Amino acid sequence: MLHQIAALWAKYSYVFLQGLGGTMWYSLISVAFAVFFGTILAVMRLSRFKPFEWLVDGYLWIIRGTPILLQLYFFWLGVPKLLNLQIPEDVCIITALIVNASAYVCEVIRAGIQAVDYGQTEAAKSLGLSDFNAMTRIILPQAIKNILPALGNEFIVMVKQTSLASVFFLPELMTAQKTVQSATFLPLPAMIIAGLIYLFVTTVLTFGLQFFERMLHKSERSVA
Amino acid sequence: MNGASPNPQRVLIRVENLSKNFGKLQVLRDITESIHEGEVVSIIGPSGSGKSTFLRCLNLLERPSSGRVIFEDVDLSGRHVNVDKHRQKIGMVFQLFNVFPHLTVKQNITLAPTLEKKLPKDEADRRAEELLTRVGLSDKRDEYPGRLSGGQKQRLAIVRALAMEPDVILFDEPTSALDPEMVGEVLDVIKDLAETGMTIVIVTHEMGFAREVSDRVLFMDEGRIAEQGSPDDIFKNAQNPRTIEFLSKVL
Ligand SMILES: Nc1ncnc2c1ncn2[C@@H]1O[C@H](COP(=O)(O)OP(=O)(O)OP(=O)(O)O)[C@@H](O)[C@H]1O
Ligand SMILES: [Mg+2]
Repeated sequence: MLHQIAALWAKYSYVFLQGLGGTMWYSLISVAFAVFFGTILAVMRLSRFKPFEWLVDGYLWIIRGTPILLQLYFFWLGVPKLLNLQIPEDVCIITALIVNASAYVCEVIRAGIQAVDYGQTEAAKSLGLSDFNAMTRIILPQAIKNILPALGNEFIVMVKQTSLASVFFLPELMTAQKTVQSATFLPLPAMIIAGLIYLFVTTVLTFGLQFFERMLHKSERSVA
Repeated sequence: MNGASPNPQRVLIRVENLSKNFGKLQVLRDITESIHEGEVVSIIGPSGSGKSTFLRCLNLLERPSSGRVIFEDVDLSGRHVNVDKHRQKIGMVFQLFNVFPHLTVKQNITLAPTLEKKLPKDEADRRAEELLTRVGLSDKRDEYPGRLSGGQKQRLAIVRALAMEPDVILFDEPTSALDPEMVGEVLDVIKDLAETGMTIVIVTHEMGFAREVSDRVLFMDEGRIAEQGSPDDIFKNAQNPRTIEFLSKVL
């Protein structure tokens, strides 16, 4: 078995690595857009404007209450039908990943904002700062310390979750693994290699994140 | 204040029939009161009597349930009023300081004037320096508040409010969270401020201070101003049994 794995790796490493590249790319772009939209959603949710609140709650309700695979199918098949448009498959899938991740990132950011002492908002308001300035200059810069580690976790979740894109044969690690399987009829070694790559990446990211968190706490001790 | 001497005839804040409920709990009951320019008004009273809530209604940090808060002839509680704009002229200092931990001492002071009054940065810096010197913090200008003592944080909070050149400053128990040895340094700053003619409304448990610096003392009880008068009226000659009872406990 070890021998088979080594042989497979020697011959197909570039397929796996390309797949990994796809996985990282999908994860990065999804999380990046999700941070953008998630922040807007979180701020909308925390505004005292009821229609915004209902809108965001409805969105969270749907996204968190349905399986992500269904959401991917919806964007892959349903949305192009509804809009009567030809949309590239990877755009559909990435959009679905963003829409899904935005919901979770929204919650992460909302929790981060709410963890900032309310006295900070009151002090900002008492100085006459507008809501926008209070949020961008006082609250978010402090919330970011709570938010960044949680976003790192979200990214690690995303690295694993993009494997669902293999259902639609988008070029990422799971798809690469399938490709090698069908080319070689060696399912187990291919799976093991893919598994080891995922483990390697998530482990490195987890350690990196822990290191980063320690740095944040250190700077916090000397500052706050 | 802009250097002009205060006109004690001028009403700066007028509160009319102010009531405030939190759910079923009525915290303020139909309060009508005026604060005049240059006046130093202390608010005393038992815990839970509504002192903080009253103070926070003055700059609309709490929205009145009914009644009006009129600041410089503008009804702040009215619709379509840009409260943020008017809050720039109503400073506030909190019990727990609420300094901004992610900004340096100097940035704490310059942030609001540069953002909201479009004061040029060098002008804002110059004024921050002046204010810091005034309260003995100029050597801390580039520190983060995490490195300051409680008394220093509160002095910073006071000059942060002053940097907006407010027409009145509201203090909510500014020394209650301080270690005893730091109370004096903060009270001294407030005293100096009172002497410059700044209009001050202060909720305090420091009876000696209230007696010494106030022009007028309001005693609050169960959501009302139960008694008021000069420091002598209240501390030597109180009429209301509730005032007498309260003072006998704290003095
Ligand atoms: N945001 C709020 N929601 C619900 N109840 C509140 C709120 N703020 C204050 N209260 C209640 O209103 C009453 C008056 O509170 P307030 O803080 O004005 O009293 P206080 O006179 O300042 O008391 P203390 O001397 O303890 O500071 C209290 O019973 C308090 O529990
Ligand atoms: Mg209080």
